[in-house]
Amino acid sequence: MGSYIPSTKQERQGMLETIGLRTMDDLYADVPASVRLKRLPDAPDGLSELEVVQKMTAMAERNHVFKTILRGAGAYDHYIPAIVDSVTSKEEFSTTYTPYQAEISQGVLQSIFEYQTMICELTGMDVSNASVYDGASAAAEAVMMSVDRKRTKVFSAASVHPDVLATIKTYCWAKDLELHLIPEADGLVDMDALKEALTIETACVYIQQPNFLGLIENASAIGQAVHGAGAKFIMGVNPISLGIMHSPRESGADIAVGEGQPLGLPLSFGGPYLGFMATTKAMMRMMPGRIVGQTRDSRGQRAFVLTLQAREQHIRREKASSNICSNQALCAMRASVYLVAVGPQGLRKAAQLCYSKAHYLAEELCKLPGFKLIYDGAFFNEFVTTLPLPAEKIENALMNRDILAGLPVNEGMLWCVTEKVSKEKLDETVQTIRGVYTK
Amino acid sequence: MNNPESLMYTKSHEWLHRDGDTYEIGITDYAQSELGDIVFINLPNVDDEVVSGEALADVESVKAVSDILSPVSGTVVEVNEELLDAPEKINEAPYHAWIARISSVTDVLETLTSAQYEEFLKQEE
Amino acid sequence: MNLIFELSQPGHGTEYFPQSDVPEIALPENLLRKSALRLPEVSEVDVSRHYSRLSKQAFGVNSGFYPLGSCTMKYNPRVNERIAALPGFSAVHPLQPADTVKGCREVMDQAKELLCAVTGMDGMTLQPAAGAHGEFVGMLLIKKYFDKRGQQHRKKMLVPDAAHGTNPASAVMAGFDVVNIPSCENGCVDIDALKAALDDNIAGLMLTNPNTVGLFDPNILEITQLVHAAGGLCYYDGANLNAIMGRVRPGDMGFDVVHLNLHKTFSTPHGGGGPGSGPVGCKQALIAFLPHSRMYEPDASEDSIGQVRAFYGNFAIVVRALSYIFSLGADGMREASETAVLNANYLMHQVAKYFPLAFDTICMHEFILTLEKVKQDKGVSALDVAKALLDEGMHPPTMYFPLIVHEALMLEPTETESRDTLDEAAEAFKRISETINSNPERLHESPVTTPIGRPDEVAAARNPVLRYQYE
Repeated sequence: MGSYIPSTKQERQGMLETIGLRTMDDLYADVPASVRLKRLPDAPDGLSELEVVQKMTAMAERNHVFKTILRGAGAYDHYIPAIVDSVTSKEEFSTTYTPYQAEISQGVLQSIFEYQTMICELTGMDVSNASVYDGASAAAEAVMMSVDRKRTKVFSAASVHPDVLATIKTYCWAKDLELHLIPEADGLVDMDALKEALTIETACVYIQQPNFLGLIENASAIGQAVHGAGAKFIMGVNPISLGIMHSPRESGADIAVGEGQPLGLPLSFGGPYLGFMATTKAMMRMMPGRIVGQTRDSRGQRAFVLTLQAREQHIRREKASSNICSNQALCAMRASVYLVAVGPQGLRKAAQLCYSKAHYLAEELCKLPGFKLIYDGAFFNEFVTTLPLPAEKIENALMNRDILAGLPVNEGMLWCVTEKVSKEKLDETVQTIRGVYTK
Repeated sequence: MNNPESLMYTKSHEWLHRDGDTYEIGITDYAQSELGDIVFINLPNVDDEVVSGEALADVESVKAVSDILSPVSGTVVEVNEELLDAPEKINEAPYHAWIARISSVTDVLETLTSAQYEEFLKQEE
Repeated sequence: MNLIFELSQPGHGTEYFPQSDVPEIALPENLLRKSALRLPEVSEVDVSRHYSRLSKQAFGVNSGFYPLGSCTMKYNPRVNERIAALPGFSAVHPLQPADTVKGCREVMDQAKELLCAVTGMDGMTLQPAAGAHGEFVGMLLIKKYFDKRGQQHRKKMLVPDAAHGTNPASAVMAGFDVVNIPSCENGCVDIDALKAALDDNIAGLMLTNPNTVGLFDPNILEITQLVHAAGGLCYYDGANLNAIMGRVRPGDMGFDVVHLNLHKTFSTPHGGGGPGSGPVGCKQALIAFLPHSRMYEPDASEDSIGQVRAFYGNFAIVVRALSYIFSLGADGMREASETAVLNANYLMHQVAKYFPLAFDTICMHEFILTLEKVKQDKGVSALDVAKALLDEGMHPPTMYFPLIVHEALMLEPTETESRDTLDEAAEAFKRISETINSNPERLHESPVTTPIGRPDEVAAARNPVLRYQYE
C-alpha cells in the first residue's frame, strides 16, 4: 500500500500517549456512534507505486493519441516548447498555495504580475486578473460584472462556442437574469437583429472572435452598436490569433476574456485550462478573482502583493460579486512561459502559420467534388465545409491514417489547423478523403 | 475628541450636516480610526434613492469592508468623487471628507449632538 | 529582482516554429493588429534563469512545513505528476470520438464511484474547477430541486457566521438570500438559533463538519434532521474532509450535497492557487440535476442545471486524485485521516504550552490559537507571530480566520509530517513566545531573513499598479 505518512505505527502510538489518549478511536469520540465506520465500504485495497503506475498506464493506453489533429472547437493542439514543462514542473511553483505570505512568495507573485502584464499587452486592456477557471467561466463572470440593478438583460451572439453559451446560460439562470440570443446571418452576428434587440435594459453583449465557426466577426461595428445602447461589450478571443489580429481593445471591448489553453497548455481531455480576463480601468474593481499589485516593502524594495482584496468573498462574504478564490496560477504560469519564450515574433509566426495552413487546407479540400465553404466570411484557423460524404466515413478514413478529422457541426465539418500540421499531412488528409469517394 | 458641534451624529458613526433641504453625510473621526487606513470607497450614484438605516456607500481597508448607513431617506444629488482617487482624505480629515449630499429627504433617523455622541462613545468603551 | 520585461532586448529569442511549407497568405488589412505587441524578447537561457530565480522565492510543501489551516497542504506524491503527463491522458482532445477515449471515461467513472464511496453519496460530477465552483454547483442543485417541486419561495440559505466566505458568496450567486446564524461559544451550531431560523422559506443549510474551528459537531444528526424536517436540504462543504475519511461519511451524517477539494484532501498540487478541482456529490433525489456537457452528452437529463464550464472538468487533476486513491485504498485513506487528526492534536498539545488555545478540547485535523490576550498585554498580534514564523523557516498558519475568533492563527499540520517536524515547529513557537516576553518590540520587525520585508499593502490598494509600465 502506498502511504505518504512519515511515521510508524509505533511512533504514532507514542504520540497518542503523549497527549493522554489510548487509541485513535479516542480522537473521534464526538462522532455519533450510529454513523461511525469500521472501514470505508466499496473502496479497494491500496497499491504500491509500481502497481498504480501500471494500472493508470493501462487506462491511458485505452485512449488513442492522434498523431495529427484537425479538430479544435475550443481545445487546440499547438506546439508547446519544452521550457514550458520544465519551468512549471518546479516543485516550488507546483506545491505552493495562493501567495498569502508575500515575504516568502515573491516568485509566485511576480510571475502573476508578469502574466497580468502580458494579458494586458495581448488584449490591449488596462488591467488583468490572475486568471479564472477557463474561457467559458471567464465569459460568464464577465457577464455578471456588467449587470447592475438597471441593466439586467444579457445578450450573447448565437455564433459562440456552445459550451460557453451553456455556461453563461447557467450563471444567468442562477441569478434570475434574462439571456437573449442574437441570431446569426451567414455565420456572423446579424447586425440588424443586434441593433433591434438593444435597449436601455441591455447589460452586455458577448461575442466570440473568431467565432465558433471560425469566422471573424465585424467586432468594431458590433462594439459601436453596443456602446450606442450604453451596454458593455464583452469579447471572447483566441489568444494565438492576437499575434496578428486586431486586439479586443482596438475593437472597443470593455471586457476581454478567453480560453488560454492555446498558450502552452496540453489538451488533457478538456482541463485544466485557463480563463483569462482583462478590462478597463473603469471596471477594474468589478473584476472577480485574485489580482497582484506592485508596492514597496519595509526596506524600500520593489515588492508584489495580492491586492484589491476587499472585493473578494473572504471579506465581502454575501456581498461579494463573485465567489471565486482559486485561480489557475500554474496554468497562467504556463501561458507566461510560453509567451516569454516565443516572444512577439514567435507569437506572430505561430498565428501566421495557423492562418496560412488553414487557408491551404480549405483551398485543397474545396477542390474535392462537393466540398465547399459553407460561409463566405474571413476566417482565422477554423472553417466549416460542406460534407458531400457521411461524416463518419471521413472520420474513419482519416482515423486509419491517425488523423483526427474536423468536428461534425451544422451538417458540415468544422476543421482546425495549427502550426503543428505539416503540408504533407494536409495533403495526405485531402488524398485520404479523395479515396473515400471511390470506395 | 474633536467632533464639531455644528454637526449631527448617529450611533452607527456617521455625521450629517443640514444645509437647507440638503443633508451632507460622512463618517466620524472615531469610525475612521476604527477602520484604519481606508483604501477605497464605493460611492452611490447620483439620483439613487436611499433609505434610512440602509447602506449608502462602503469603505474598504486592506482586509475589511464596512457599510456606511444612510441616516436619511432621500435622493442622492451629489457624491464626492474626489474620494475615489484620494480615500485617505477620510482618514486625514473625516469632517471635511463628505461622502454624499442627499435631498428630497422624507425621513431622518434619530441623531445625537456632538456632546451626546461623545457620551455614547464613552459608554461603548 | 528584475522583471522579465527588464531583461528584454530587441531581437533576442529562440526559434520554436518552422518556416511555412505552404504559401503564406496575408490577413486582410482591416483585420490586422495595429497596436504594438510588447512581449519580452529574451533567449531561452534567460527564460530558464529568470524562472529559476523566481522559484527560489517561492515556498511549497516540498520546501518545508506548511500548516496553513483550512488548506490541507499535504505532500503531493510525485508519481501522480508522472501519470498525469502520460500522453494517453495529456494529448487527448476533449471532443475525440467516444471509442478513442475509453481510458478517460474509465478514469472519470472510477473517480466518481470512489468519491461517492468516500462521501456516502449516490451521484457525482467532476465538472467544477475548484471548491467555490463546486459550492456554486451544489447551490444550483438545491435551487433546481425546489424549482422542480414548485417551491421557488424557498430562498433562505442558512450559513453559520463561522463559515468560509465562499459559502455566503456562492449562495448569493445562485440567487439565495443568506441568513447568518450565530455559532455557540464552542464554535458549533447553536441549535436554538438554528431552530429559530427554520421556517417554510428555508432552502437549506451550508455546513462543514469538522467545522471551521476544527471541531466535530456532536449534534450533527440532530442538525440535519431539523433542516430536513423544515423541508430544507443540507449542503456539506468538503474543505475539512481530510479529518474523517473512512471514519464517517457526509452522506451518513444527513447531508444531501457535498463538494470536495481534490487539491486538499486528495493530494493534488495547489499550483500557487490553482488549478484545483471541486467535484460535487449528491443523493439520489438530486442526480437528475447534475451538470452535463451538451456537446458530448446530447441525451443528458433535461432537468440538468446545465454547464458551469467547458468540457468535463479539470481532468488532469482528477487523474492525479484517482492515482492517489488507488495508492492509499480504503485503509490508507482512513489511516491518512487518523494521522492528520493525531498530528493536529499532538501539535496542539505542544504549542498550547506557549500560546492560548481558542478551544481547549480534542480537535480534528486543525486547531486555533488566539492571541487576543497577548495582543492586549504585549502588543504582539497574530500577524506579528506569523511573520516571526517566516524567520523560523516554516510557512505560517492561516491568519484571522475564522472571523469569530479574535487574533486567530489556525494550524493544520496534515498527516504527511513526522513527529520531528511537529516538535521542531513547537520549538519555533516556544522561541517566539520567549521573545514576546523578553523583547516584544522585536516581533514588529519580523521577518528579517526573507527576501523582502513586510510590504506596504495600503499603498498597493490605494494606488493600484497592476502591470509593468513600459517607459
